[in-house]
Amino acid sequence: MRWLLPENIEDILPAEAMRIELLRRLILDLFFAKKFQLVMPPLVEFTDSLLTGTGHDLDLRTFKLVDQLSGRMMGVRADITPQVARIDAHLLNRSGVTRLCYCGSVLHARPLGPAATREPIQIGAEIFGHAGIASDLEIQNLLCQALAAARVKGARMDVGHVAVFRSLVRSGDIGHELEVELFEALQKKDVPGLKVLTKRADAKTRSALLLLPDLYGGAEVLDLAERKLPRLPELQKALTILRALAKASPIPVSFDLAELRGYHYHSGVVFDAYCDGVTGTVARGGRYDEVGKAFGRPRPATGFSIELRSLASVFKNKKNK
Amino acid sequence: MGTISIALSKGRILGETLPLLARVGASPMQDAEGSRKLILATARRGLRLIVVRASDVPTYVANGAAELGIAGGDVLAEHGGAGLYQPVDLGIARCRMVVAARRGFDYASAVRQGARLRIATKYLNLAREHFAAKGVHVDLIKLYGSMELAPLLGLADAIVDLVSSGKTLRANKLAAVEEIRPVSARLIVNQAALKTRRAELQPLIEAFARAAQGRAGNSTARK
Repeated sequence: MRWLLPENIEDILPAEAMRIELLRRLILDLFFAKKFQLVMPPLVEFTDSLLTGTGHDLDLRTFKLVDQLSGRMMGVRADITPQVARIDAHLLNRSGVTRLCYCGSVLHARPLGPAATREPIQIGAEIFGHAGIASDLEIQNLLCQALAAARVKGARMDVGHVAVFRSLVRSGDIGHELEVELFEALQKKDVPGLKVLTKRADAKTRSALLLLPDLYGGAEVLDLAERKLPRLPELQKALTILRALAKASPIPVSFDLAELRGYHYHSGVVFDAYCDGVTGTVARGGRYDEVGKAFGRPRPATGFSIELRSLASVFKNKKNK
Repeated sequence: MGTISIALSKGRILGETLPLLARVGASPMQDAEGSRKLILATARRGLRLIVVRASDVPTYVANGAAELGIAGGDVLAEHGGAGLYQPVDLGIARCRMVVAARRGFDYASAVRQGARLRIATKYLNLAREHFAAKGVHVDLIKLYGSMELAPLLGLADAIVDLVSSGKTLRANKLAAVEEIRPVSARLIVNQAALKTRRAELQPLIEAFARAAQGRAGNSTARK
């Protein structure tokens, strides 16, 4: 049956295609109005550049093929963010603040979940060259406006900060191997596992690490963290930033101090956005200051990307409805 | 507020879970073991039980078909736990995951580094990981039950399986040659559900944690 498509790969038929395209235009117009410049990175790159920096977590998710011109290994992009970081670090080489946006398909060798498409469409925006909280606020606000443009119901955001875990690991002098195991246990909120692993840490670090899986919820979580976690400068700074983000947010915000998605490349705030009608996240983002380093120029960076197909599934166009 | 579903399996897990459910105030409204129904209402409003096959529990919860689940440690390890939080060790259905071989089989020299072994199991991922960490090549043979037969009939050199009392092993002249890990049932939670329906789920998770602690008491404290 030659009309069958590969698993988790599908055609987008007229009604859905129309919704996606209208939403793409709405969001890009919003980005342009906010002075973000569009870039169009290539579908394929050498894995050398594609899988450095932010791309490190993406190795198994990336389709690979050999470039018959050069004999080198290429990958089909599984995420556009590292490509945009490469463009900022290497090609534009501007010294001030750069605002870039993009929209395009990516390909996943392994789907993110059993029902997930292997060809998501990403639309996103990134700010390079600004390390302060102002750019984090700008990104958060822009995401909220994009969700508002899609007229979704029940938009909300879950925010964490990688410095919480990282500062505890550093102050507790925890080795890399244990750090990796602790990280995995925290991602699963595996409390019994954490109890076993933290036996190798000192008492103060241990009680702090064991508290982290419970530190999710509303603003009371930050108060609890302030009272119960060690007074490390980096940690206090992270809590201040989280408070500021929650205060400025036009949509409800919850916190999860054990949320460490993208821990290997994120350096500050990490967030997931949710809305009614979509299982799982509809957008993700955060700060990743060290990524440009792989391309020879470390630059502060913060941004988000929306899974356009998920968002379009709950997008109600005015003209249609 | 919508309904919250807890996925669990009949048999041992359900039997040992019932006292926990009673403590949480979520006992099934009818005889759970006897009923043919797969969706059972509970005494707690808006909370229902979904009866599925043990190995399907993580799948139901990871995909959001159920918000919570009670999964055996073996099943969870095999599934890998993607998309799941596993915050509470319920302390029930305690067993050991072991490698077992025929009595008299020289396991120690069979697993020297670089050796090659045929292993029959239904826990392919778990067995693959375990032997890869030891640096031993394995050829895995997937079986769905009666694992103990495989070494006796020469289908495999050893098996990876769950052992609770060890009676079946002894009856078939096998012996546990290595413990991979102790396992017990966990409360598992869909990650997205916890983020979006925290107000409903958090009290339940805490109630289960308290119930499990009350039940296990000393035995977990000693561990």
